[in-house]
Amino acid sequence: MKSAIVLFPGSNRERDMAMALVRAGGAPPSIIWHKETELPAVDLVVVPGGFAHGDYLRAGAMAARSPIMSAVLEAAGRGVPILGVCNGFQVLTESGLLPGALMRNAGLKFVCRNVDMAVTTTDSLFTSKYASGQAVSIPVAHNDGNYFADPETLDRLEGEDRIAFRYTDPDGTASEGSNPNGSIRNIAGILSENRRVLGFMPHPENATDPLLGGTDGAPMFDGIVEALS
Amino acid sequence: MSIPNAAITPELVAEHGLAPDEYERILSILDREPTLTELGVFSAMWSEHCSYKSSKRWLKTLPTSGPNVIQGPGENAGVVDIGDGQAAVFKIESHNHPSFIEPYQGAATGVGGILRDVFTMGARPVANLNALRFGDPAHPKTKHLVSGVVAGIGGYGNCIGVPTVAGEVNFHPAYNGNILVNAMTVGLAPADRIFYSAAAGAGNPVVYVGAKTGRDGIHGATMASTEFSEDSEEKRPTVQVGDPFTEKLLLEACLELMARDAIIAIQDMGAAGLTSSSVEMAGKGELGIELDLEKVPVREERMSAYEIMLSESQERMLMILKPEAEAEAREIFERWDLDFAVIGRLTESGRLVLRMDGELACDIPIPPISENAPEYDRPWVKTPAPDPLNPSVLEGAPDLLGDLRRLVASSDLASRRWIWEQYDHLIMGDTLVRPGGDAAVVRVRDTEKGLAVTVDCTPRYVLSDPEAGGAQAVAESWRNLSATGADPIAVTNNLNFGNPQKPEIMGQIVGSVTGMGAACRALDFPVVSGNVSLYNETDGAAILPTPTIGGVGVIRNIDRHATVALKSAGQTLILVGASAGHLGQSVWLREIHGREEGAPPPVDLDAERRNGDFVRSLIGEGVVQTCHDLSDGGLLVAVAEMAMAARGLGATIVLPDGLDPRSASFGEDQARYVMAVDDADAVLGLAEKASIPAVVIGETVGEALLTVDGHGVICVDELRSGHEAWLPDLMSGE
Repeated sequence: MKSAIVLFPGSNRERDMAMALVRAGGAPPSIIWHKETELPAVDLVVVPGGFAHGDYLRAGAMAARSPIMSAVLEAAGRGVPILGVCNGFQVLTESGLLPGALMRNAGLKFVCRNVDMAVTTTDSLFTSKYASGQAVSIPVAHNDGNYFADPETLDRLEGEDRIAFRYTDPDGTASEGSNPNGSIRNIAGILSENRRVLGFMPHPENATDPLLGGTDGAPMFDGIVEALS
Repeated sequence: MSIPNAAITPELVAEHGLAPDEYERILSILDREPTLTELGVFSAMWSEHCSYKSSKRWLKTLPTSGPNVIQGPGENAGVVDIGDGQAAVFKIESHNHPSFIEPYQGAATGVGGILRDVFTMGARPVANLNALRFGDPAHPKTKHLVSGVVAGIGGYGNCIGVPTVAGEVNFHPAYNGNILVNAMTVGLAPADRIFYSAAAGAGNPVVYVGAKTGRDGIHGATMASTEFSEDSEEKRPTVQVGDPFTEKLLLEACLELMARDAIIAIQDMGAAGLTSSSVEMAGKGELGIELDLEKVPVREERMSAYEIMLSESQERMLMILKPEAEAEAREIFERWDLDFAVIGRLTESGRLVLRMDGELACDIPIPPISENAPEYDRPWVKTPAPDPLNPSVLEGAPDLLGDLRRLVASSDLASRRWIWEQYDHLIMGDTLVRPGGDAAVVRVRDTEKGLAVTVDCTPRYVLSDPEAGGAQAVAESWRNLSATGADPIAVTNNLNFGNPQKPEIMGQIVGSVTGMGAACRALDFPVVSGNVSLYNETDGAAILPTPTIGGVGVIRNIDRHATVALKSAGQTLILVGASAGHLGQSVWLREIHGREEGAPPPVDLDAERRNGDFVRSLIGEGVVQTCHDLSDGGLLVAVAEMAMAARGLGATIVLPDGLDPRSASFGEDQARYVMAVDDADAVLGLAEKASIPAVVIGETVGEALLTVDGHGVICVDELRSGHEAWLPDLMSGE
């Protein structure tokens, strides 16, 4: 499985992501600078976490207009799977690949901790290795993870089974208390219409090593590598 | 003060923080009146912050070498060998004065500055820590300062992408007018690829990289070298503004260039900006330096030579490059959208020569700036011995569990989760032991090693007995590292005190440095870097003396390390170290009886060494996975913390005989650890053989209950709810 990680000035979780991909059996990813205009021939494109362009103006807004993003949009159009994590999710919504927006956390503070969530659909290469409704614990680390979209969009996402993960209590209940950032309908991750683009606010790449507090992110990378190898 | 060519009046000299006799020294060095820019250069270089003029005499007494030390104090950061051709590079630095005036930017730029100190040496930062002291929780400013400082630390570290993994926080009214923000960074570098600041090669280009220079932070170093008064708010313009995004670019560009063969010397522009970096680089290389200041990238119009030299704008570096590497270096920095400007050359002259648009603004000899710098042997008085503890505190019937419930929810012992959840402590994917334990541990990537890191000081001990308190800070650092299974390697120190011109404050400095030195020597724990912050006073009231210790240790095999959380039921709890029930200066005395009195617990460095070596060897052999050092709050608080860190587990405790139960539960005797073990007889046998005091104090149980034999039982959840609630409640104003 060959992958490329897009690097913006201010991206900072690209190494974590590369480690997780390699740990799952993928080839070491190519790192593609944002000023490039072409992507190499790859099976997966990752937009990693960080503070692209310092999150100045609005998280992900400037990165979405970087030269490389035309190539990313074009690849997505060809059906190349795209994974956007945290700041990458923000970039994908800002670039229009995914609907909605990520606003300032409801608590107005950066939040870094393990969060309980449930796998809402297994119908994607990102989630096929999970059980439907499976409870997982994956860390979040963000300031702007408060997902929002209008009711029509949300109903459509739900109707098309495109909510990939929801913040929940350990028993699977999507309560207010289990929501770390105020995301509407407790949404943690969503899929594109063709189910090959995932925007995900938590950091599955930081939950792939048994020594470091859990491996609940590993099935995502196992699923990706299996589907794309 | 910013008018060029102003007449040098006594008032102007005083505004620059220079004493009249210090100005006389300048006249004798120059043999003429200085220009305004020259006055500014001397003022910055001779400020307490840059020159260590009050503390140098005492800092020289600290041990700074050892078999693992590659670079001791005097460079941007200390460097120690951690094996396998790798080095740990680390330093702690204060940003106290700016953080009080403007908490977010003050704390943020403190983090930015210490990160630069570390990556300047060629290291990739892998861990940030911070030691914070705030005033009385009830003081009207405290909440604002806590929220601003924490957001600033997080804002910078989270964006640049270095995990903030450990820290400590105290609250005490003595910090009402002067909070302390001490930030530490630990980095990793190849041991044979360390970069230093000594310039070499007359004629080589002097290169400015990073962000542009503005008017922010002018006189920061001077401001940090005076007391505060009611009008400190007016000093807000002297606080720098941080841009972690630019620093991230600077970090990556510097490390990229450092992997080539291009840099001769490099130094970050921290306190006193371009002045200290250029003077120090040329001075260490015994060379001169000539700068054309109009070539300095600026972001404001009509900046004078004086302003450019004294600006403390952030995210800037000064480098001496090999001349043939200039084009290669420029390409890297421009690719990262950073400024790159050749602003001058090294010379043989030994002089600092500054020109602005061709006009000479400064021409002074460099060696006398350091050689003739003022150095004071300030008068000091020994801190009087504390009054003994009034034994009346032990009258009446004990309520151990009631006291425990109050202690774990008290200002100094309550959970700091509200703080560290605002810090990205997981980025880089190597955080093995997260915040909240004795020391945090980060894995050294692609090896079996881990780095254990901790910051420690118990200011109330230092106030009562500076020498014992200075030793205790070092011992606690060493103990926190040992409790994870790490070999303690070296420390960095941050000496925070009041006005050194007062003999009693100077006595605190002398006492604590003496105690610190003795402990570092006894524990083979040398000081490799550090920072001094004096004049932490407002309207004549000083902070508690706070000599913070940042400790670094190495775990050789990360599969064998210990954490504080209980792991399983049915294990035996063993207390290592002797208990005398020392309650003087204890948290219990303050929280339960409202008294801050008595002597701090004595520090027996031989016992520290023996007990720590014993505990560490058990962890290294894989016998112990659960261990906690005993410090604030004593035995019962430590066991409660071990249970609160677990889920669904508790402990039954039988207090040691021969002591009042309150002394046994809450005494803060040093050199002690609690471990949970499977085979108690074997461990006790080993302890006996090694003449280590060790007793069974109870066992772990499969219910979240804490039972103290003869004193009742309490739910761990009840303890935890108070423990976790205190800080969020304070911050939400409930």
